[in-house]
Amino acid sequence: MSERIISCSAAIAEALTEEMTRDESIFIIGEDLVAHGGIFGQFKGLPEKFPGRVIDTPISETCIVGAGLGAALTGMRPLIDLHFADFVTCAMDEIANQTAKIRYMLGGQAKVPLVIWAPDGAGLGAAAHHSQSLESWFIHTPGLKVVVPSEPADVKGLLTASLRDDDPVIFFQHKKLFAKEGPVPDGEYVLPLGKAAVKRKGTDVTILTYGSGFYLSTEAVKELSGMGIEAELIDLRTLKPLDFETIAESLKKTCRAVVVHEACLTGGLGAELVARISSELFDYLDSPVLRVAAKDVPIPFAPTLEKFVLPKVDDVVTAVRQVTYR
Amino acid sequence: MSEDAETLLSLYRTMMTVRKFETLAGELFAAGKIPGFIHLSVGQEGSSVGVCSVLRPDDYLTTTHRGHGHVIAKGGDLKRMVAELMGRKTGYCKGKGGSMHIADFSLGILGANGVVAGGFPIIVGAGLSIKLRKTDQVAVCFFGDGASNRGPFHEALNMAGIWKLPILFVCENNCYASTTKTSYACSVIDIATRAKGYGIPGVSVDGNDVLAVRHAAAEAVDRARRDEGPTLLENKTYRRRGHFEGDPQKYRDQSEVTEWEQKNDPLFRFATVLKKKKMLTKDWEEKIAAQIDADLKEAVDFAEQSEWPSPEEALEDLFMNP
Repeated sequence: MSERIISCSAAIAEALTEEMTRDESIFIIGEDLVAHGGIFGQFKGLPEKFPGRVIDTPISETCIVGAGLGAALTGMRPLIDLHFADFVTCAMDEIANQTAKIRYMLGGQAKVPLVIWAPDGAGLGAAAHHSQSLESWFIHTPGLKVVVPSEPADVKGLLTASLRDDDPVIFFQHKKLFAKEGPVPDGEYVLPLGKAAVKRKGTDVTILTYGSGFYLSTEAVKELSGMGIEAELIDLRTLKPLDFETIAESLKKTCRAVVVHEACLTGGLGAELVARISSELFDYLDSPVLRVAAKDVPIPFAPTLEKFVLPKVDDVVTAVRQVTYR
Repeated sequence: MSEDAETLLSLYRTMMTVRKFETLAGELFAAGKIPGFIHLSVGQEGSSVGVCSVLRPDDYLTTTHRGHGHVIAKGGDLKRMVAELMGRKTGYCKGKGGSMHIADFSLGILGANGVVAGGFPIIVGAGLSIKLRKTDQVAVCFFGDGASNRGPFHEALNMAGIWKLPILFVCENNCYASTTKTSYACSVIDIATRAKGYGIPGVSVDGNDVLAVRHAAAEAVDRARRDEGPTLLENKTYRRRGHFEGDPQKYRDQSEVTEWEQKNDPLFRFATVLKKKKMLTKDWEEKIAAQIDADLKEAVDFAEQSEWPSPEEALEDLFMNP
């Protein structure tokens, strides 16, 4: 399989083009899609290639998500564009109460093949209503699969897998990462959901991260290497189901871990990871597991404030030095 | 629209079935045989049966917490319904849903819903899916007067309106939303007038007149099948039982209920019509009543003899591919 360097945005469009060609039941529904190929241009070319299958809606998040659900229950496979991940609040009943539960509460009668595509994350001066990282709400909601890719190849492989999955997937993609480029396989490329990737081998500490945290950690790893600390970098990619096997394998070797995510600290995925590590891998640990996360406030607007609130490369370096006592 | 005797008697039979099912459910609940809580549609049979009588098996519907009547009228299996009410493994949802989550995808019943107004967005999706798949199905959303005050009502009627989706929104205005009077909680008297705000037809009918409901529903369904868009149909009726079984009903005088029972019972009214046409005989009525009673007894026996789900089954059915 040959590879080219393309952006995360191009990876989205490529996965959708291939899957919409393969499967006529896939369609895209959301706000502002047709004229601009999506508010971030993420679906560029698709409205022309698949007329009638990229559907503009009124500003009605409740009904957009619920309509996706109704379509999924009746034989279609929608990708629901949430515009901004922050707007999940406007459709929370449809996501948490209906989509996540319907198969279970109907005793397995329903198949719910849908993807909620939710651009999230801060760093663009978009303030508190357009900058959140809300994945932990959905990890806490049984019935949803939660995917947060970082690199373009992961975007393509995981989006393809999500579109083919018969269960509801909420797919968070960081807005600041759309332009990130990387090698992506040409043609059909599917990455199984629920598999983490060891993106850098190391012996001294395991960094567990995903989404924008991956790039932050990659920078930190370079600095740490200069200090003689070799970190193993695990990109979780799917947060639910969680690939704890890969985490455990790494931790049994390094005996130390730092979790890095952009979502705020309290009750974030890091809390869950630390809990599981301490209950299942306690005997292997040589130091407490630390978390690097955003501070527990809404994302503020002014650059000085936003920068202060978000986790930084230095925070990762400091945490790793702390757990390695160096 | 004029119906032959067979059709009319079949409507009456279904109405009797709903009435007897609901009455029995109330008894089973009082006897402690149904866990949780249930909401009965006694007195609203004209709406459920009238609307469903013009639907095809492949048409979709969503219903509410007060949904037994819709499921029966769409052809639901009494045994699996009772078993689900009683939480048994053989129930529609294997005991995972109960009264408020009965569904039968083979009959297009996309589920009752525990959230008031929960069916609106789902039915819009079913309507959109019909359009995308280019079939001539229709999708029906049953909801109460209370649901028409929630946001999803607005989003759904607007969206169905702009896309001309083949949807029938059926409001069963039964004068109460939980314990609150509709006259207090609704800014309009006729909920159907709200249709105007969405550029779609809105029709109010006497919901206790099964033929009036049937004819209004038939017209709306025909419109939808002709690709002319959605309709809001308001069936004015009355909730004779409490919001839930066991509701102390401090919000109304019992005389109000008695008056509706005596003057505006949909079954009695329809029986009078049929008798005038000399279609309904005492013999037939007794024979059918006995058949329904036997079917219901069989359903209860089936449910009582069915196993409870084993505790570990609580961990099944969450995902297709865990």
